[in-house]
Parts: sequence; structure tokens; C-alpha cells
Amino acid sequence: MTETIFPEISIAALKAGDRAEFARLAASFSTPIYRLALKMTGDPSDAEDVLQNTFLKALQHIHGFEERSSLSTWMYRIAANEALMTLRRRKSQIPVDENPDDSDEELAPMQFTDWCCLPESEFVSAEAKKQLDQAIQHLPDSLRVVFLLRDIEGLSIKETVEALNLSETAVKTRLLRARLRLREKLSSYFGERVREVS
Amino acid sequence: MTHTYSLTCQELLASISDYVDGSLSPELCQEIERHIRGCENCRVVLDTTTKTLYLYRQSAEKIALPGEVQERLMSALDLSEFFK
Repeated sequence: MTETIFPEISIAALKAGDRAEFARLAASFSTPIYRLALKMTGDPSDAEDVLQNTFLKALQHIHGFEERSSLSTWMYRIAANEALMTLRRRKSQIPVDENPDDSDEELAPMQFTDWCCLPESEFVSAEAKKQLDQAIQHLPDSLRVVFLLRDIEGLSIKETVEALNLSETAVKTRLLRARLRLREKLSSYFGERVREVS
Repeated sequence: MTHTYSLTCQELLASISDYVDGSLSPELCQEIERHIRGCENCRVVLDTTTKTLYLYRQSAEKIALPGEVQERLMSALDLSEFFK
């Protein structure tokens, strides 16, 4: 998915300082970077800072890009680091109880209502959107970033490993925890909707 | 060889990510499908997990970069001349 976003960007031209090529990179890749930043930070102003810093750093460090990963994975890597740094700065002001993936958190599901058959209008309502946003913001940063890269931006497990410099096991563990936590949160809300609708 | 291994709910849960990603072996997929035919709770967890991912992907597609944000980005990069 990610490679087709900007298949014609020339890394050689970027390294040669071709400004038009960098403009094409920025034009074609600013939406996915902004989307990642917005979902990571939950704040449009922070997302814009992350977006700008990501491209400024890419411009600054493109000469050192060794092409061990794809250009898109490299861009996501910079953006993920920028977003995580923004969140760390925010938390240094307000201490937050971060729950990393290595804890013995119980994965066992608690919600067993089948809400898949709700009318489509239930899934596209403003309240449903708010619930989706809240659920993702409640994830620990370490789980959220994996979920966003893999499930929203469509990176493969290998690309997510490269972007976050994690082991494959850590990525898969965090992805499973993130998906199950989100399912649990959405099931609370949509399960209630099933009871109200029926 | 007859395959007699039977998946527990906990084992299904551990494999659910790989299953929805389509990265499990056909044999394990069959085990999961056999399990959910007889386990309503696991069927619901599997179906609602799939639906959860679908809803997030669908919602993300609607996020657009505001024009003024793109404009400020190009300006910060000193690339405004290329932004029409």
C-alpha cells in the first residue's frame, strides 16, 4: 500500500538536492504523515508540528538515508519518533501511567455481544466516530503507534519492525494487544447500541 | 496422518491477529474455523475484531490534510513556489 503512494520519487534526486523532487515527496506524503501524527497526538496543532518536523528532518538527513528500508518506511520512522517525542514532552508536564506491552496484562475478552449486524448508520454517526477516537487515544503510546502503522497506514509487519526498531515479536504482541483493547472498547459502546436498538 | 489437535479459546485469541491478517497456515485456519463453529464467544470476538479493524480503516480514509496546513508545510520547507 505504502509503496504505491509515491512510486515515482527518485531518492537519487532527493540526495542531489532537487527541490522540485522534495516538493513532490512532501505533496504526495504529507497526508499519511499528518494522519499518523493526528491519530498519535489527538491534537491538530501537535500533528502539524510533527508533520513539519518530519519533513524538515527528512530534508536534513536524506544524505544519510542508507536505503536499508523503503523511503516510505523511513519517512514513517521519522514521523513516529517525532510523534512519540511530542507525547513524551506532554507527559513530562502531566505524569501519565503508561502501560508498556511487556506487562502481564490480561488479554481475555469481557464483551461478547455481536454488534456486527447493527445498521450502517450506527457506524458512521458522530457518536460512533467519537467512540473510535476515544478508544484509540486510550491506548498506551507504544500500542497505538504499532496499530496505526500496521492497520491504518498499511505497513507490513516487517516494515513496522523497521520503522519502530522493534523485534517482530514485540510488534506482533503490541498489535494483538492494541486490536483486542480497541475491540473491547468498541464492543462496550456498540453492544449497548444493540441492546437499545433491539 | 489424522490431525487431532484441538484449539483452546486462549490459543485462538493468541492467533487472532495472524488469522485476520491472513498469515496463518491453512491447517491453523481450519482449526480456528472449526473452533468458532462450536464456540459462540470466540466467533463473536473474531467477527467484532475484524469489524473493529474495518471501522478504523474506513474512518482513517476520511482524514484529509487541510489546505492551510499543506501551505504552511511548503512554506516551512521553503518550497512554496512548487505549491499551487
